[in-house]
Amino acid sequence: MAAPKSKRSAEPAPLFPGGIRALNVGVSEFALSPRAHGATVLELDWRPPAGGDRDLGLLLARLEDDPDDPIGSQVAAANAQAIERILASQPMLVGMGRAADTLPGLGPRHVLHAGPPIAWARMCGPMRGAVIGAILYEGWADTPEAAQRLADEGAITFAPCHHFGAVGPMAGVLSPSMPVFIVESAAGGNRAFAILNEGLGKVLRFGAYGREVLERLRWLNETLAPALAKALGARGPVDLKNLTAQALQMGDECHNRNVAASSLFARLMAPALVRTSSQDVAATVLEFLEANNHFYLNLSMAASKATLDGAHGIAGSTVVTAMARNGVEVGIRLSGTGDAWSTAPALVPDGLYFPGYGPADANPDLGDSAITETAGLGGLAMAAAPAIVRFIGGAAEEAIATTKLMYTITLARNNDYGIPALGFAGTPTGIDARRVVDSGVPPVFNTGIAHRDAGIGQVGAGIAKAPLACFSGALRELGRRLKVPV
Amino acid sequence: MASTTCCLVRADTYRDSVELMRVAALVERLANVSRAALMMATPANRELLSGAGLLDATAAAAGPNDLVVAVAAADRSAAERALAEASRLLDEQATVSTPAGEKPPPGSIAAAAAELTHANLAIISTPGAYATAEALKALKRGLHVFIFSDNVPIGDEVELKRLAAKKKLLVMGPDCGTAILDGVPLGFANAVRCGRIGLVGASGTGLQQVSCLVHQLGEGLSQVIGVGGHDLDERVGGIMMQAGIERLAADPGTEVIVLVSKPPAPAVARRILDVAGKSGKPVVVNFLGGDPGAIRGSGAVASTTLEDAARDAVALARGKRHGVKAPAPATLAAGARAKAPRFQKDQQLVHGLYSGGTLCQEAAIILNDDGVKHAVVDLGGDEFTVGRPHPMIDFRLRNDRIVAAAKDPATAVILLDVVLGYGAHPDPAGALAPAIAAASKAAARSRRGLAIIASVCGTEADPQNLTNQEKVLAEAGVLLAPSNAQAAHLAAALVGAGHGARQKG
Repeated sequence: MAAPKSKRSAEPAPLFPGGIRALNVGVSEFALSPRAHGATVLELDWRPPAGGDRDLGLLLARLEDDPDDPIGSQVAAANAQAIERILASQPMLVGMGRAADTLPGLGPRHVLHAGPPIAWARMCGPMRGAVIGAILYEGWADTPEAAQRLADEGAITFAPCHHFGAVGPMAGVLSPSMPVFIVESAAGGNRAFAILNEGLGKVLRFGAYGREVLERLRWLNETLAPALAKALGARGPVDLKNLTAQALQMGDECHNRNVAASSLFARLMAPALVRTSSQDVAATVLEFLEANNHFYLNLSMAASKATLDGAHGIAGSTVVTAMARNGVEVGIRLSGTGDAWSTAPALVPDGLYFPGYGPADANPDLGDSAITETAGLGGLAMAAAPAIVRFIGGAAEEAIATTKLMYTITLARNNDYGIPALGFAGTPTGIDARRVVDSGVPPVFNTGIAHRDAGIGQVGAGIAKAPLACFSGALRELGRRLKVPV
Repeated sequence: MASTTCCLVRADTYRDSVELMRVAALVERLANVSRAALMMATPANRELLSGAGLLDATAAAAGPNDLVVAVAAADRSAAERALAEASRLLDEQATVSTPAGEKPPPGSIAAAAAELTHANLAIISTPGAYATAEALKALKRGLHVFIFSDNVPIGDEVELKRLAAKKKLLVMGPDCGTAILDGVPLGFANAVRCGRIGLVGASGTGLQQVSCLVHQLGEGLSQVIGVGGHDLDERVGGIMMQAGIERLAADPGTEVIVLVSKPPAPAVARRILDVAGKSGKPVVVNFLGGDPGAIRGSGAVASTTLEDAARDAVALARGKRHGVKAPAPATLAAGARAKAPRFQKDQQLVHGLYSGGTLCQEAAIILNDDGVKHAVVDLGGDEFTVGRPHPMIDFRLRNDRIVAAAKDPATAVILLDVVLGYGAHPDPAGALAPAIAAASKAAARSRRGLAIIASVCGTEADPQNLTNQEKVLAEAGVLLAPSNAQAAHLAAALVGAGHGARQKG
């Protein structure tokens, strides 16, 4: 044994050279004595993560970043790559196309729909109405009854828009001869597609299939799409990232508020439209754009889809690359879970209703438009659009609080999308399923509310929350793929 | 309800539709109003109003730049009130809402770590089922972890400690009651001075007893590292006690290392003693009733009691080989004769009612060695704490037991520990005093002698103050010993002395 040293101690080497900086997880009393002795203690408002599911909580912990652990390091690297691709994406509107000629693999009797996969028999009212409308529009049947029979007999092949690189708001119904926007991500080289926005009132996306609906669809196909195609050819592609960035600074969040973006789009296209179409066509196209505050929604969605598809398919990534609703279920995909959807029942949004309607009329959450939230717009960018927060009866501060909360479940900020009210801080970007399950904070969707019966249309607007079960299921799937011990 | 429809048109007034829906919702809440709508009078909106039966002639004539307020109400006056309220709401200045209040506390380690940059420690006291996940998240972020939670599966503890060892981090726990790191107390700990003696222990109250006695003997502590009660289990293998020893070995401020634990598995003990032997510093080991041979063989000092461990450590720090021993049992017995009450023939039992697990175990070992009949209970054990606060915080159970023990004709001595410090009851002596009075009274009523012996584990600097606490207990008639070991020896001595006195008398 060594002889003891002199009575005077050498300078001790502290365990915590910069002082103790502690997180107190659990009983708040444990913060008291360290704090009284000069330690910095941050207290958590801790609740059991993953809804109290111990095994899921452990899986979550095992998926956390960790350079010393093969799983933790794979997840960290995969997420870094996903984020890099999302931020680098530069979605451009490059042209217009006919779905059958443009969507790879689309069959002649395919009808695409919003959200995760769903059988005809289980579709909600607005989606069934939209499918009937699409069959009539395609001329596969002459009457609504005959159209329904075709679907009943299995003569139609249904699939999610997402499986074809496409997105559609509300029912999101897309059939082979409909025109689509073609959006290309300049960085990733991948393409995404969206149908054209029909405006408000009796429209296919809310399940209406009357004569005026079909006439408008034909006008979109025969007049609007060719006119836009010619104008795009003349002026060149439209930089949607740039347009979205401007709109965010003008009070849009580019999901449920698109006034600024739609106006900017019309302004950008107007000269080329006038030059490339007849005066009469140009006038009707511009009148249509002028009357439709949501025209940009479908472009925002296609741009978001192109951006996120570029980050999809990275093994180990917990970044959410799709969130979509079919009116019965909400489904999400992670970059690292490939084609698998993790689903949970869709809920009725909270919101305000048009006169004569109430929550009893509302269809559960519907539409692919949550792709905008997946890309960090819409509900995540609520602080950019304070007017939207009125839907939940709140003040502008709540819009800011919502975006701030969304920062806690995302991995990055998109500095190309500055939010004025937050000192031009970037939008919360790259939803991390781990953060969602760990904190129990779901992404917030800004959304229109459809009537539950086909064809009645929009009855209100509000916000919906993504069900936490989607994220739990997706993490379990990722855990299986990575063979995380359970 | 009879219905009247009324419309008001505000020409060339643009309001955002969301704002209008908000006002409509507020107006609709008024008494006798069945429906309200505020819209810009575009053709589509006029159609919507008409469909809802809310369009009158004035509104039908309005244009897209005009704002229509439409209400359906039970009667004319209710409708007019509703229109007036809608106007008021439309004209209301946007209220400057109160500034966003206190930021809500973070709900997860990830969110908290984002807020508190350079965090380096997580204190975890969640239910045991969730402690592993939280600890794992903290370790992965490079934080040391103190886990107070118990009922964590031993396999989880192994996983956590192996990961921590790889990352050169400490996992203190699970089931860790005490630590003092860089002078900052965590969990249940006493106010002791900083100094040159470093402690690593798998026992909360063992560490408290040693640290308090070191303080009272005039020395101080460099670090007190608790590792949790299962660290020296064969499956865990003493990973953190080894890590703790290595930390103290590398710390120039630590001159003597003290290790405290229940007797470990022999293989684990060998590994620990091997690491301790390589520390290059004097090491004192108290393995609570464990084999002293192996300890001495490794070059460390084997201390039989926690008090001896403190005394040996202080002596070594001062350059002496061994400490001044505590008074021998024989000396205690001599002193005890003066204090001993007269026991009846059947009063042979030492009834120990403990709040500290290690202190309880130490007392049982000493009473066994001294050959006294005893019943020693750890009221902090799992079987007593289900759905009830720990006996260091809540004295009700112990007080009931004290009175019950006094009524037992076999009880000669009631032996207690009183633990002070952060986290403990603010006034343990005051909480015990009524039960002690009741116990003495019960014994006197039955004409039995009764001795109540306590040791107070604490310091003058503790929030409860050692001197004040001892004074209150002494006034209640409690015989005080300066350590738990001496209290147990005194109990044994008193049983003998009390009967000796009776026989003599």
